[in-house]
Amino acid sequence: MTEKRRAAVIGGNRIPFARANGAYAKASNRDMLTATLDGLAARFGLADQRIGEVAGGAVLKHSRDRDLTRESVLGSRLAPTTPAYDVQQACGTGLETAILVANKIALGQIESGIAAGVDTASDAPVALNDDLRRVLMELNGARSLGDRLKAVAKIRPGQVVPEVPQNAEPRTGLSMGEHAAITALEWNVSREAQDELAAASHQNLAAAYERGFFDDLITPYLGVTRDGNLRADTSAEKLAKLKPVFGKGLGDGTGATMTAGNSTPLTDGASSVLLGSDEWAAAHKLPVLAHVVDAETAAVDFVHGTDSHGPDGLLTAPVFALPRLLARNGLTLQDFDFYEIHEAFASTVLATLAAWEDPAFAKERLGLDAPLGSIDRAKLNVTGSSLATGHPFAATGGRIVATLAKLLHEKGAGSRGLISICAAGGQGVVAILEGA
Amino acid sequence: MSNDTLRDLSQNGLVQKLGVPRIPVLRRHSPGAPLLTGPAIVGVIGAGRFAEPVRALLKHAGVADVESTTGTAGAEGDTGSGDKVAAVVLDATSVSTLDGLAAVQRFLTPAVKRLAPGGRLLVLGPDPTSDGDADATADATADVAADVEAAAVAQAFDGLIRSVAKELRAGATANLLVVSPQVQPAAVDSSVRFFLSARSAYVDGQVVRVGVPVGPAQDAVGVDDPDEIVHPLAGRVAVVTGAARGIGAAITATLARDGAAVVAVDIPAAGEALARVANAAGGTALQLDITAPDAAQRLIDHVRERHGRVDVVVHNAGITRDKLLANMDPDRWDAVLAVNLRAQLTINAALQAGGPDGGVLSDTGRIVCVASTSGIAGNRGQTNYAASKAGVIGMVRALAPRLAGRGATINAIAPGFIETEMTAKMPLGTREAGRRINSLRQGGLPVDVAETVGWLGLAESGGVTGQVVRVCGQSMLGA
Repeated sequence: MTEKRRAAVIGGNRIPFARANGAYAKASNRDMLTATLDGLAARFGLADQRIGEVAGGAVLKHSRDRDLTRESVLGSRLAPTTPAYDVQQACGTGLETAILVANKIALGQIESGIAAGVDTASDAPVALNDDLRRVLMELNGARSLGDRLKAVAKIRPGQVVPEVPQNAEPRTGLSMGEHAAITALEWNVSREAQDELAAASHQNLAAAYERGFFDDLITPYLGVTRDGNLRADTSAEKLAKLKPVFGKGLGDGTGATMTAGNSTPLTDGASSVLLGSDEWAAAHKLPVLAHVVDAETAAVDFVHGTDSHGPDGLLTAPVFALPRLLARNGLTLQDFDFYEIHEAFASTVLATLAAWEDPAFAKERLGLDAPLGSIDRAKLNVTGSSLATGHPFAATGGRIVATLAKLLHEKGAGSRGLISICAAGGQGVVAILEGA
Repeated sequence: MSNDTLRDLSQNGLVQKLGVPRIPVLRRHSPGAPLLTGPAIVGVIGAGRFAEPVRALLKHAGVADVESTTGTAGAEGDTGSGDKVAAVVLDATSVSTLDGLAAVQRFLTPAVKRLAPGGRLLVLGPDPTSDGDADATADATADVAADVEAAAVAQAFDGLIRSVAKELRAGATANLLVVSPQVQPAAVDSSVRFFLSARSAYVDGQVVRVGVPVGPAQDAVGVDDPDEIVHPLAGRVAVVTGAARGIGAAITATLARDGAAVVAVDIPAAGEALARVANAAGGTALQLDITAPDAAQRLIDHVRERHGRVDVVVHNAGITRDKLLANMDPDRWDAVLAVNLRAQLTINAALQAGGPDGGVLSDTGRIVCVASTSGIAGNRGQTNYAASKAGVIGMVRALAPRLAGRGATINAIAPGFIETEMTAKMPLGTREAGRRINSLRQGGLPVDVAETVGWLGLAESGGVTGQVVRVCGQSMLGA
């Protein structure tokens, strides 16, 4: 491969994440994204500056959120001459925006860019009942009084029931938690291991706050200064007392390992990452924390399966993405100083690690002679992850990129970090950052 | 409408007929506004070297009509007739006798009568601490007597100016610049400009010593370059702590208005407001708890990385935890001292220490510490706060000579009653008393403190160091 220009991660900004229907209940996606961009502008002196582009997105969007990112840029302190576009790839959105911006920088198409993501489960887009919507569209198109009356006559009491977005896969009807529970059972992920991972996430996040790690990564919003989901004093023992909520019908009850404590709650929040060329960063006297090395996105068939195997787990696409990424870069799974594996559920992280360790799976499904192997768990999610911070879908990628870049910068030049994010729709995004 | 309802009402003619005295609306600086709104009188007693340069400064600043007067002890000056003037400046630096002092009175008496509303009286006086002749040890008795008289006369200006400041009406102020004999005229320019301008609206009855500037010689403000007058801090890098609100937010906005690149610092929990302040100023926000053990290093690393150096450091962050001493718990005491004094000591020590590359504080470094009139006068329920603020003054005096060698100055500003969110929450009676017991009969605004920071932050203000400047409208507290 020829030597290519690599995009620099300069820094990030996010607002503290808040549980749904909590502190940000009345904030819209646009409000949160604008505030996040403003915090980023303040941190890096970007007020009234033209940035190459802003790529952002949300998973749950109102119809009014057309070009959400551009509208947020216009409301922010960034120069209005900054172009922007929306991206949507479920929970992969935030990382995918960073990859898009980084690629354009690597190609020399832009010198600077912002990757962003936002989601609200509180201000979710509850829509008009679909039947009622059709009647109203018909009414709108009616040309004569008779046609209008005909359309109005189709209105029925049942049509007042609104369309509420479901946290379920359209093709299976199963919630994400139920999908994850199936995968957890397949890989024999124990309740204890999940609770331990969840407890570590909270403890790591709390410790990171204590040492001021987030002082230059977060800007408070609406009076919230720390992630609302954080339980600094939790423990595996406390989490063990919670009742299972997913997988209750699986494996004669043995599949009921997933609780509200080892699953992420619905969360509101937004994040952003400032990227640029090294030259742009130097010209603006801005730090370079890390470089984006490479990225890979995979997708699995979680609906049908094939003759040789059943459907794959909904959230297992990163399992398939990573071997391709490692091979392309001549790296092994053990070549990293930090692993940031998004904690959609504790079981997802553990199932992913189990799949990478499994010789049979490596041979049969990944086409490898040997499994990727295990990782040093002390390098996993060292400043906490989604179980503790919460998980505003499209904002998680930006949170992780900025966090990992700072960790790598602290570790020193040449250190390496891996990001793995699973997403609905059977997709998964993985990426490599290198410390600067 | 301002916070000060009584002042607003007193502008009304009917209210004035009821016997309510008119509380002056002070003129504040706006970019591009002229230095003075009318003519000026510049006088000199004896052999002062400053009158001519001040006249030149005023002419450059667009003051069309500058009357020149020389006073003598023999007769009343010729300043008694004529139109109102916006400023009266007297160079009395060579006055060393009671006769000379009498000449000052003969000059000032008619001159102050002509001072317009919002006018400025600025006297450049002799330095009471100067030794006179270098070989004074061998002097005859008569010479000793003359030296003592000179010292007495020099100190007399203090009482004279503080008194006339209390007599002036309608927002006019009187201040004294004590000028040491070795000072070249250009060294007083930035101070003369500040005290004559609307920037010093709430600085009254103050005595500021101007010595030989520390560090490398500075060019005078480029009077022919309009941009330098509108943006006197252009190219300078400033750090302001406690910048998220109140006085700190005003300092950030004002320094940015005057051209500085501002790093606005506040605790992480105040980050939302801090980001707004920083963005409005076109500066940057640094979320940092200045009491953290590594805070000084993080601050220095940050400005080095982002700007390569810092020119102006404003220690504005401060907290109150009021309690009578009898009921004071260690937490309240420690918290106030940690933020208001220890953090300043730590950061200043780190700035002074320099480093392998000569340190991040530039060779025209200006440290400005926000103290308080509480630290001078004391305040019931504020033993911790007043101790910390008095401590700031002690720190400034101790550091000034140590910083001089590297071209840096350090000064304290002691705000009096300033209209902020904090004072708006005071009980009405306390608030009204605080507002009125000063020569301008009103509270100051955060911008009044900020403008004073701007003056001390100029590279050209190298002659002012180790000073405490009160921004208090000549409050009776701590006078």
